[in-house]
Amino acid sequence: MSTLENPVAWVGRAAIRSTSGIGRFGTFSLRFARSFRDVGTWARLVVIQMAKLGVQSLPIALFIAVFTGAVLALQASYTFSGTVPKYFVGALVGKTIILELGPVLTGLALAGRVGANIAAEIGTMRVTEQIDALETLGYDPVAYLVVPRVVAATLMFPVVIAFSDAVGIAGGWVTSINLLDMSTQEFVRGLRLFFVPFDVQFSLIKAASFGLAVTLIGCFYGFATSGGADGVGRSTTQAVVVGSMMILVLDAFWAVALL
Amino acid sequence: MSIELRNVRKAFGDRVILDDISLTVNDGETLAVIGYSGVGKSVLLKSIVRLLEPDAGDVIVDGETVAELHRDALYDLRRRIGYVFQFAALFDSMTVFDNVAMGLQRINTPQDEIVERVRQSLTLVEMNGFEDRLPAQLSGGQRKRVGLARAIATRPKYLLYDEPTTGLDPVTTAVIGELVMRMARELNVTSIVVTHDMKSAYRIADRIAMLYKGRIRFVGTPAEIQQSEDPVVRGFVEGIPELAQEAA
Repeated sequence: MSTLENPVAWVGRAAIRSTSGIGRFGTFSLRFARSFRDVGTWARLVVIQMAKLGVQSLPIALFIAVFTGAVLALQASYTFSGTVPKYFVGALVGKTIILELGPVLTGLALAGRVGANIAAEIGTMRVTEQIDALETLGYDPVAYLVVPRVVAATLMFPVVIAFSDAVGIAGGWVTSINLLDMSTQEFVRGLRLFFVPFDVQFSLIKAASFGLAVTLIGCFYGFATSGGADGVGRSTTQAVVVGSMMILVLDAFWAVALL
Repeated sequence: MSIELRNVRKAFGDRVILDDISLTVNDGETLAVIGYSGVGKSVLLKSIVRLLEPDAGDVIVDGETVAELHRDALYDLRRRIGYVFQFAALFDSMTVFDNVAMGLQRINTPQDEIVERVRQSLTLVEMNGFEDRLPAQLSGGQRKRVGLARAIATRPKYLLYDEPTTGLDPVTTAVIGELVMRMARELNVTSIVVTHDMKSAYRIADRIAMLYKGRIRFVGTPAEIQQSEDPVVRGFVEGIPELAQEAA
């Protein structure tokens, strides 16, 4: 029966599907928490994952940040022209990059890069029985595959996003002094105008939560993969979509909780 | 000590795969499990190491009920069982050496002993010199041999083979069959070999069990199965589908 013929059944099926999905994610998260005690398995893999998920993500993160900073400066100048002093461009660039665009845009980019990478890698391992092989060799696959990735991303997302914030502001500054006829002193004056150190903490807390969410979701969909190449593709897509949505939800959550 | 399945039942949704299966594998013997594709042979094998959990019944290994083992005891049991996967399931980002060493690293074996045990295992499967290759650089038969080397590296008491000869040419099939016998002889392991290949089953098995429609249809020696009057058994072992269809 099609959706149009029986919308009630469709809604019911969708509700059951999403509820059972949440239940499975809860069970997976619990298993993840339990696997933490297997330190001998995951600890030695964290540094490798920090390089893979963090350091190798820097180029894309910085690329996004520099253009965001530049565009923000131009748009701020356009918006303020004739009404607000020019140095407010620095205030808007700094505040917006640190509080919102640095963490969120970088987080979304990493949800694509990191989330897709993890879901595809673990999904392929699932459908080729490599995860079963880990189990038969006496490894807890969650301790071996999930914990190091989640720990590494939770530690490294704040580092990547701190660089993004800095490079974004630098992008705004270079744009301001070259295209907006502003001096460095003016830009810095604006930057310092509303700056409070808590803004940086806020940005880094968000970043850590994005790292945790993106990797845990990527691992969850990777582990849940079935059905060969098609299944891997489906898991990868779901990991990116759900990971991106979760970033926006967390972004709103932290704004309500901490500001 | 042995592997014993008692009234094991496993279903996926409405589809019953294993239906009240009881089977004992004695110490030191090689049991071949045969049957049509999709009949549940791999499910049976995975139930032994709890990669799949039976819906009912017990799997007992060395006197321990597998379903009742807590996490650490389960991993301890799995280290006593070597598992050779149908498509080898080698870790594709690791070299042959690292693949074979994985189980040994898990039990904190000293590095020099790991090197020696990996060398011995690869020698047993005649894959010396391939230590630095990646799985993608190996043929299907070579991958299966490395999978076998990985399974035996920890000197397990039991070896479970999931279709070790599927997709291989006749000569490689014979080589793998010879390896299975050699493992049983030289390492004194108890083996369960899931296979479609009757020629291999006759050569390597002390006993053969046939799964059919979720149940054990026949258990006996290779000589006994060849003399079986059961049309389902004869239809399968002689490759005459009409016999099995008539019986069904």
